[in-house]
Amino acid sequence: MKYKFQQWIPKLVLAPSFLLILLFVYGFIFYTGYLSMTDSKLLPSYGWVGLENYNKLWALSHWMTALKNLAIFGILYIVISSVIGLVVAILLDQKIRAEGLLRPIYLYPMALSFIVTGTAWKWFLDPGIGIENTMHNLGWLSFEFNWIKDSDFAIYTVVIAAVWQSSGFVMAMFLAGLRGVDNEIIKAAQIDGASSVTIYRRIIIPLMRPVFLSAFVVLAHLAIKAYDLVIALTGGGPGRATELPSTFMYSYTFTRNSMGIGAASAIIMLAMIFSIIIPYLYSELKSGGKQ
Amino acid sequence: MTTLVLEQYWPLPLKGGGFIFKLMHWSNLCAGGVKEMKLNNLMRAAVCSAMVVSAGSANAADQVEVLHWWTSGGEAAALNVLKGDLESKGVKWADMPVAGGGGDAAMTALRARVTSGNAPTAAQMLGFDIKDWAQIDGAVGDLNAVANKEGWDKVVPTALQDFSKHNGKWIAAPVNVHSTNWVWINKKALDATGGKAPKTWGEMIKVMDAMKANGITPLAHGGQAWQDATLFDAVVLSLGNDFYQAAMIDHDPKALGGAKMKEAFDRMAKLRSYVDDNFSGRDWNLASAMVIEGKAGMQMMGDWAKGEFLKANQKPGEDFVCIRFPGTQGSVTFNSDQFVMFDVKGSSAKKSQLSMASSVMSPKFQSAFNVVKGSVPSRTDVPNTDFDACGKKGMADLAQAGANGGLFGSMAHGHAAPAAVKGAVYDVVTAHFNGQYNSAKAVKELVSAVAAAK
Repeated sequence: MKYKFQQWIPKLVLAPSFLLILLFVYGFIFYTGYLSMTDSKLLPSYGWVGLENYNKLWALSHWMTALKNLAIFGILYIVISSVIGLVVAILLDQKIRAEGLLRPIYLYPMALSFIVTGTAWKWFLDPGIGIENTMHNLGWLSFEFNWIKDSDFAIYTVVIAAVWQSSGFVMAMFLAGLRGVDNEIIKAAQIDGASSVTIYRRIIIPLMRPVFLSAFVVLAHLAIKAYDLVIALTGGGPGRATELPSTFMYSYTFTRNSMGIGAASAIIMLAMIFSIIIPYLYSELKSGGKQ
Repeated sequence: MTTLVLEQYWPLPLKGGGFIFKLMHWSNLCAGGVKEMKLNNLMRAAVCSAMVVSAGSANAADQVEVLHWWTSGGEAAALNVLKGDLESKGVKWADMPVAGGGGDAAMTALRARVTSGNAPTAAQMLGFDIKDWAQIDGAVGDLNAVANKEGWDKVVPTALQDFSKHNGKWIAAPVNVHSTNWVWINKKALDATGGKAPKTWGEMIKVMDAMKANGITPLAHGGQAWQDATLFDAVVLSLGNDFYQAAMIDHDPKALGGAKMKEAFDRMAKLRSYVDDNFSGRDWNLASAMVIEGKAGMQMMGDWAKGEFLKANQKPGEDFVCIRFPGTQGSVTFNSDQFVMFDVKGSSAKKSQLSMASSVMSPKFQSAFNVVKGSVPSRTDVPNTDFDACGKKGMADLAQAGANGGLFGSMAHGHAAPAAVKGAVYDVVTAHFNGQYNSAKAVKELVSAVAAAK
């Protein structure tokens, strides 16, 4: 009897959250998918239109801009954050003094919300009050840094702010990975006369493959979700130059009364996230099975 | 200087006051439901959903529950006139304010309320939102009983009735009319150019060139899509009433893709050349401040901008000049806040709703509210004694435009096209204004974008 009860406890404890997730996550995913094939405008409505919303979506130059921006932002954000994170982690790993002080300093930006980051960088980057103005006041009058006001460069300011925010977090992940590398291997390599550059390049970094994968997945889904940073930093502007799929989705669903198209764009975003997460889960589960 | 400059970018006023109060105050500086600086939408959503919860249980008899975004000091005071009037009739006012620029947050809250089957008595609404709601079966109420008794048909301009009525049924009580084709000019800066207010496009270009030569920014403008579109409204209207009707209201592809439209975009590009380079993202009230301080010569903005001048203790005619956008004299593009009445259940609730509609339309409230708001009354028979010079001119213009067919809904403010088309026009206008398209490309894009959004 008691044994049977114990067998049931985990299921009982998990049941409420399982049901909630089933309804509020998966239920609404299906609901959104359904809405994307209806003629919903202001409120959800259930007239079936098939793939019409998707056709409309892909014909919109605005949506193409959003995807192009996501590609620029996503690639630069992931690559630069990873490189900076890795370099800082390796430098911190040199058994330096005051590491305990430096680590939280690098990690701290992650504690801020993207809204705060966006607003602060908006001021830094603004030519009228930010870095450019400061340089002018210091006497460097030819200094120019007005990317945030320039349609062609504004998306790169989003990258700058996002990299500033996330590099420290990536650094922490890499640092944990570096510490996890077996000392015996490193010692063996040292005895064989390998230089520390070679050790990092040929031994430690290859051993950190899973950490790279985790960092990639975390950064990639942050990039696809990015919304608040753009809203705070540029508001999607100048013009529509920094629109991302997430801001597109919000504006079509809630301010342009085109809920069907908004839902279709949400489903495309979901598909993008799945295309990243599923291979990751697959490889994780496979390697987990081996152990 | 530092404080001032910082204040331009600090979304909330720096001096005094609690955060939430300032938030509401600030977000409603935008009179008449204009989308001003985009507050984080998530934050808005959070604020508004909190409001929904707190206001959720107000359905008692002899009470009206009103969803609105008029929370700034002056607006709230003006609403008190309405509250007082209703209380004297024994109807209680359940306030449901949803702060947040231009009513986006309020509309989101309203959707949630109606979807859950708990509609408020009335909700503040703008333009095509009203039409969209009117088309939903059984959503909106019927005010004909009081409208017929009080003769609203005779005193409200027909262009406005187009929104307030659906299939011959009054569904909304219009509170005000904002007109958007105003130009606000700093008097000193104008005097320095020779002192004559421009009446034609050519004269305006001359004045702006002179201002440039005098070392100030001729045109104060904020680079936000709705502000670009507000300029565009005026420019299109300045090319003729028929052209505005065909392009902005009928969305005739010939007008949208014609030579006149290219001329309109060329004029937009010309206006862009008079704006300073640091304009993108600037809020409209900061642009007004530039004119007030004399750093810029003029601003093209709806009549809510007047409030900024008055708050700075400036006097119409002495410190600033209000004119219609050159070439649009005698015509008006408007947007109008209306209280849309929802289909409430129960006879006492219906009775309270009708009392409220009647109070909203009373000349006393129309005058009191609009004097504060900067707009003009939605009925044309209200005495203009309490209004200032610009307000009197606005009322006269409205009556004239209404009489000669020059009264049009503003595209930029959602009174000329449904939200989807409006958004499509915004996309093209703002991309062109920011130099992403040249005029020829913009015309082409405009035709295809409007066609796709229909």
